[in-house]
Amino acid sequence: MRVNVTVNGEPRQADDVWEGESLLFLLRERLGLPGSKNACEQGECGSCTVYLDNTPVCSCLVAAGQVQDREVRTVEGLADGDRLDPVQEAFVEAGAVQCGFCTPGLVVAAHDLLDRVPQPSDPEIREALAGNLCRCTGYEKILDAVRLAATRKAAPRGSGAQESGSR
Amino acid sequence: MDFLRPDTLAEALALKAQRPDAVPIAGGTDVMVELNFDHRRPAALLDLTRIAELRSWDADGDNGDTVRIGACVPYTRIIEELGERLPGLAMASRTVGSPQIRNRGTVGGNLGAASPAGDTHPVLLAADATVEAASTRGTRLIPATDFYLGVKRNALEPDELITAVHVPATRAPQQFSKVGTRNAMVIAVCSFAVALHPAQNRVGAAVGSAAPTPRRASAAEEFLSAELTSTNQWESPKPLLDSVKRRFGDLVAEAASPIDDVRGSAAYRKHALSVLARRTLGWAWQDYSGKVA
Repeated sequence: MRVNVTVNGEPRQADDVWEGESLLFLLRERLGLPGSKNACEQGECGSCTVYLDNTPVCSCLVAAGQVQDREVRTVEGLADGDRLDPVQEAFVEAGAVQCGFCTPGLVVAAHDLLDRVPQPSDPEIREALAGNLCRCTGYEKILDAVRLAATRKAAPRGSGAQESGSR
Repeated sequence: MDFLRPDTLAEALALKAQRPDAVPIAGGTDVMVELNFDHRRPAALLDLTRIAELRSWDADGDNGDTVRIGACVPYTRIIEELGERLPGLAMASRTVGSPQIRNRGTVGGNLGAASPAGDTHPVLLAADATVEAASTRGTRLIPATDFYLGVKRNALEPDELITAVHVPATRAPQQFSKVGTRNAMVIAVCSFAVALHPAQNRVGAAVGSAAPTPRRASAAEEFLSAELTSTNQWESPKPLLDSVKRRFGDLVAEAASPIDDVRGSAAYRKHALSVLARRTLGWAWQDYSGKVA
């Protein structure tokens, strides 16, 4: 079947989509967007997290046919050109990345959290990231990154408060 | 495989009548796992997510005293929008999966899958919920108590779709608790719900993940209802005697017929259920005593 979907702001079309395949497969294998990672394929690990109509979901659990006429935003759609999103920047700076496999899903989940709750408490961060597994770093650096991103977003660069390493 | 994409409920029912082998899909949190792992290869998928009437809830009944929740309303919305009216269902919804899963998963899907471990079933049973099923032949209401027939089997006919669940709104305490290895992404080892129905001098209680189907703990319900009524405690609640809580817990455990599996042994499940029952009852009763006083 054919699927028409807006991905990261651009209308996209895929043909010969198998009716039983997932949004994750559609993104990675047909639309050339391998940022969302394929790990568990059962919604346990969160590494395939994307926005579907502005709501974070596991793309492995969305049927490709269900995104017809809808809007998807993947981790590739967070940066503004070469300028990383503050959440991405904070992950780099806090050392919240080791093998990097879980990172795209965590970045999207954290991005959504900070959109909804600009200054989250630690329990709120833990709850928001509860559906994302990391098997390398442990979670402390990831929590640091979310806290850092929250601070950055509250006092954006240019206000003179902090210097960023992402030039 | 066909992918069927109805825009209206009438269209969906017509498709389901023509294609009873079509598997309904909403949030996909169960169906897609089966497809991804090739455990299931249905002849067709029937996507229900484009049907607006399945994505809303409203308060119906004479006094708005029952909430009708469309089959495709995700858990996140139940938590955010219905926590005050349906405390037990909101509580169970908070324990489902992860934020991503709660953004997609639905009570309709929980009912369709009819897994004995589904998180909302004990609450639906204890709170006297009713399942609304529709086909081109008409609409019927199935009490939750009659809905679960066996492991992953429910009372739907092949041409029927779950369109909504009706749950009585309440200000009376309800509690839900489940046992698992961590807070998120846990399939219940066992679960339990209790609902106080003071207007009827009655208690609802049900177990999950501890029998081939979710089921009411009827003997426990009857024992506690009789005990509270005979001691006039609905009007003037007093702290519950340990002996009453213990008896309630024992009767809840007796209602279960669990199996040994990777998540826990049958004996553990029975023990844990008696603990969950005593604990949740304690919370609910404390809450009730505070409200009446």
